[in-house]
Amino acid sequence: MTDLTNSPVSATSQQDIGFLQSLARRAQNNWRKIVILIPFVWLLFFFLFPFFIVAKISLAELAIASPPFTKLIEWTDTGVMNIRIVFDNFTYILTDNLYSNTYLNSLKISVLSTLICLLFGYPIAYGIVRSGPVMKPLLLFLVILPFWTSFLLRVYAWMGLLADQGTINNLLISIGLIDEPIRMLYTEFAVFVGIVYTYMPFMILPLYANMEKLDTSLNEAAADLGSKPTNTFFKVTLPLTIPGIIAGSLLVFIPATGEYVIPDLLGGGNVQMIGRVLFNEFSRNTDWPVASAVAIVLLFLLVVPIAVFQHYQGKENEGR
Amino acid sequence: MYNKRSRFLTVMVSLGLAFFYIPLLLLVIYSFNHSKLVPVWGGWSTRWYKVLFFESPEVWSAVALSLKIAFVNATFATILGTLAALAMVRFGRFKGRTLFGGMLVAPLVMPEVITGLSLLVFFISLQELIGWPAERGFTTITIAHITFSMAFVAVTVQARLTGMGQDLEEAAADLGAKPFKVLTAITIPRLTPALVSGWLLAFTLSLDDLVIASFVTGPGANTLPILIFSRIRLGLRPDINALATIIILVVAICVTIAALIMYRQHKRDLLDQQLAERAD
Amino acid sequence: MTDAPWLDHENNTPLVQIRGLTKKFGSVTAVDNIDLDIYQGELFCLLGGSGCGKSTLLRMLAGFEFPESGSINIGGEDMSNVSAYERPTNMMFQSYALFPHMTVEKNIAFGLQQDRVPKSEITDRVDEILQLVELQDFKKRKPQQLSGGQRQRVALARALVKKPRLLLLDEPLAALDKKLRKQTQFELANIQEQVGVTFIVVTHDQEEAMTLATRMAVMDAGRFMQIGTPNEIYEFPQSRFVADFIGSANIFAGRVSEDGTDHVRVDTDLGEVYIDHGQSVTEGKQIWVGLRPEKIHVSKTAPKKAGPNQVSGEVEEIGYLGETSIYKVKLKTGQLVDVTAPNQVRSRSNEQSITWEDTVYLSWEPSSAMLLNS
Repeated sequence: MTDLTNSPVSATSQQDIGFLQSLARRAQNNWRKIVILIPFVWLLFFFLFPFFIVAKISLAELAIASPPFTKLIEWTDTGVMNIRIVFDNFTYILTDNLYSNTYLNSLKISVLSTLICLLFGYPIAYGIVRSGPVMKPLLLFLVILPFWTSFLLRVYAWMGLLADQGTINNLLISIGLIDEPIRMLYTEFAVFVGIVYTYMPFMILPLYANMEKLDTSLNEAAADLGSKPTNTFFKVTLPLTIPGIIAGSLLVFIPATGEYVIPDLLGGGNVQMIGRVLFNEFSRNTDWPVASAVAIVLLFLLVVPIAVFQHYQGKENEGR
Repeated sequence: MYNKRSRFLTVMVSLGLAFFYIPLLLLVIYSFNHSKLVPVWGGWSTRWYKVLFFESPEVWSAVALSLKIAFVNATFATILGTLAALAMVRFGRFKGRTLFGGMLVAPLVMPEVITGLSLLVFFISLQELIGWPAERGFTTITIAHITFSMAFVAVTVQARLTGMGQDLEEAAADLGAKPFKVLTAITIPRLTPALVSGWLLAFTLSLDDLVIASFVTGPGANTLPILIFSRIRLGLRPDINALATIIILVVAICVTIAALIMYRQHKRDLLDQQLAERAD
Repeated sequence: MTDAPWLDHENNTPLVQIRGLTKKFGSVTAVDNIDLDIYQGELFCLLGGSGCGKSTLLRMLAGFEFPESGSINIGGEDMSNVSAYERPTNMMFQSYALFPHMTVEKNIAFGLQQDRVPKSEITDRVDEILQLVELQDFKKRKPQQLSGGQRQRVALARALVKKPRLLLLDEPLAALDKKLRKQTQFELANIQEQVGVTFIVVTHDQEEAMTLATRMAVMDAGRFMQIGTPNEIYEFPQSRFVADFIGSANIFAGRVSEDGTDHVRVDTDLGEVYIDHGQSVTEGKQIWVGLRPEKIHVSKTAPKKAGPNQVSGEVEEIGYLGETSIYKVKLKTGQLVDVTAPNQVRSRSNEQSITWEDTVYLSWEPSSAMLLNS
C-alpha cells in the first residue's frame, strides 16, 4: 500500500488529475453562480431593496422639498450619525377612522369576492375537467382567452353594462320590469362584479390543474364502496382539491385587496379601497411618508397570505 | 344521479362562459354605434373607427410606446426568468435559495400599488444619489415590467423543467457534453414551448399594466393603458369602444392561432403515441 | 359435485348470469354479445390482451359502465338499474385507488361507514381484515407511506371488508414486481379460499390466470374465445388463437383423413398425425393441428420404424434457458418447429447433445396433438 502511494509517478499523475478536476469543477461552479447571480441581483436591486426605501420613508416626516420627506439619516458637522425615526405616520393611519375603515372595507370586499369566485369557479372548473376530450381543450381555451385581453378594457365593458343609461338598465326598462334606472355603477355592487369578472380565471385555472390530476378511479372506488355521489364529493373530491382551492383563493384574494383600477372605475368615489387611497395619497396629496406607511401596513396585512401562497407554489414546483 | 350532476355542471360552465363573453360582445357591438353617447343606440356606423384611425395620433404613439416596452420587457424577462427557473429547479441547495425563491414568487400576487410605489421611490432615490435615471419613462417602465414579469416566466419554465425530468441532461453529460453544452443542446431546445409561452405572457402582462406604469412613468410618456385610463375615468367613450374592439380582435386572433398550433402539436403527439402502441 | 359447480346445472344456480351483453364506445364494440355463468366460490379469470374488452366487462359488473343491450344478474337480481354504490359487488382497482388523504384504517372503514355499520363493529371488522392481510401495524399510515405490496393488500382489504357477494379484481398484481407477484398469487388464492367470496379477476398475464383460476375465459375483440379450467384451456384449446395465446404452439394446417370414434387421422406438412381420442370433426375438412414445444421429443437417432407422429429436420437455432433449451428445427418444407427439451446432461460436448445443423428426429405421443377447428 505505502509503496503505491509513495511512487512518484502515480503521485504526480494523481495530482494532475486532481488539479484538472478542481479546475473543471470551479468553472462549472462559476457558471452556475452566474446563472444564479444575474436574476438574484436583479430581484434584490429592483424588488427587495425598493421595499426598504418605502419602509424608510414611512418612518420620515413630511417636508416641503423634493422628494417631499425628511432625510432619515443625517450626518451632523461633527460626523455623528443622527437618525430621526418618526412613528407618527403609523399612529396617524392606525388611529384615523378613515384609514382603518378603508382597510377593513378592502378586506371585506376581497374576501367576499374570493368566496363568490370560489362558489362559481369550482363547478366551472369541475365541469371542464369532466367534459369530453373534444370539449375540454376548447372550454379551457375559452376560459383563458379573456385573461389575455386587456384587463382595463374588461373593466370598461362593465361600465357600459352597469351605467344608469347602460345596457342592463335599458333592457330592464324596455321589458317593463322597472321604470327608473337602478343605480349600479359607482356602487359596491359594481366593484364586486368587476373583481369577480376579472379574477375568475385565476380561480378556475389552479382548480382545474388540481382536479385534472385527480385519479377518477378514486371516485369509482368510493361509489363501489357504497358512497352516493354527493357523499363522494364531500368525502373524496373536496378534500383532495384543497390545494387548488387555497392557490386559487390566494391568487384572487391578495391582488384584489390592493386593487386600484376596479374601485376607481366601477366604484367611483363611493367605495373606499386601500389601493385607491394609496394611489391618490401619492399622486394628489404628495404626502409620501403617509402613503409609504399605508403601503407598509397593507403589506403587513398580506404577509401571511403571501407566505402561504409561496409555500404552495414552492411545493408545486419542486415536483412532489 | 350522474346525469343530474353533469347537467348542473354543464349549466354552470355555460353560465360562466356567458358571463365572460357577453360584456365583451356588447363592447364590440357598441363600437359600431353612430351615437356619441355609448349606451344610446343611434344606428350602425364605423364613424368611431375613422376618428380613431385619422384623428387620434396620440393613441398610435401610445400603442407604439407600449409595444416597444412590451417587446424589450418580454425578451429580458424571458432570459432572467429562465435563468431563475434553472437555478431553482436544477441547482439544488445554494445560499440564499429561500430568499431567492420568495422574491421570485412574491411578484405573482403582490398588489400592484405596492410594487409601483416602491419602484417609484427607488428610482427617485437613485436619481438623487447617482443622477440616474435622469427622467422617467421608457427605461423605468421597462425595468419595472421586467421585475414582475420575470416571475411569471420563471413559474412557467419551472413547471416545464420539473415536468421533463433530468434523464436527457444526464444522458448528454454521460456522453461527454460539458454543462454549458448540455444547457444549449438539450435543456434550452426542450424548454422552447415554455419559453415561447413565457415570452408571450410577459409581453401581454406589460401591454396590460396600468398601475405600475402610472407610478414609474414621467411626463409625456403615456403607455396605451395610461391613455385609455385617463379617458374612461370620465365616462364611456365610443372611440375607446372602437379601440377595444381592435385590441380584442388582435388578441383573439393571436391567441387562437397559438392555441391551434399547440393543439395540433398535442394531437400529433397523441397520434404518434397511438401508432407506437399499435406497432408494439 | 361441489368441486365443479359449472358441470352440475341441476343443483347449482349461478351467482352471476350474463346474457347477450353488448357495450359499444362510439363505433368500437368493446363487449360483443356475451353470455357467462359464474358460480358461488369460483375464482374466475378473464384473460386477454389490451383492448379485448375484459376491463369493460368488469366495469359493467361493478356498475361503472352500463351495457347497450343484454343483462347482468347477480344473486338473482337484475342489475340494469342498480348504481355502482348499491351493488353487492366490490372492486379492487388496478391503480388500487386508495384515498390519499385517509389512513389505512380510514380507507378500509370507508365502505362500512357508507352502510351505516355501528362504530364498534367497524373497528372490529377493520382489525379482523387487517389481521388477514397482515397489516395490523400499519393502520395509522397513509397510502403514500406504504410499499407497493402493502398498498395492494390494503386495496384488497378495503374491498373485502364489506363482505361482497362478488369481488372484482382489475389486474390485481400488475403493479408488483415479478418475484412479489408470484408470491402474492398464492396469497390471493389462499385469502379467497378463507373468505369464500367469489372472485372475478381480470388479467393479461396467462401464468397468473393459470395459477389463480378455477375457471378462465380467454377474450379477444369483445368475445369469449374459450371458457374452461386452466387445464382444459391449455391441453384442449379449440382454436389457433387460444392455442397460441396460452403457452406456445406449433400450428400446421391439414385435412382430416379419418374420423374414428376413438381416433382421428390428419394429413399435414408434418406427415400423418394420429390422435388417440375421438373429437367431433368432419372428414375432408380444413383443420389445424397444434403441437406444444414441450410435448415433442427430439433425438439424434432415427426412429426404428416409419409411422405417424414423426418428422425429421435440421437444428437452426438453439436457445439455452438454463433448465431447458429451446430448439428451432427446420423441416424439409422450410417450416420451423419449436421444441423444448430439459437439459438433463450438464456438458455440451457430449455425443448425445444436439448442436447447430444437426439432423434431428421429432416425435410425439398420440395423445399430444391438439385439433384446432378455427
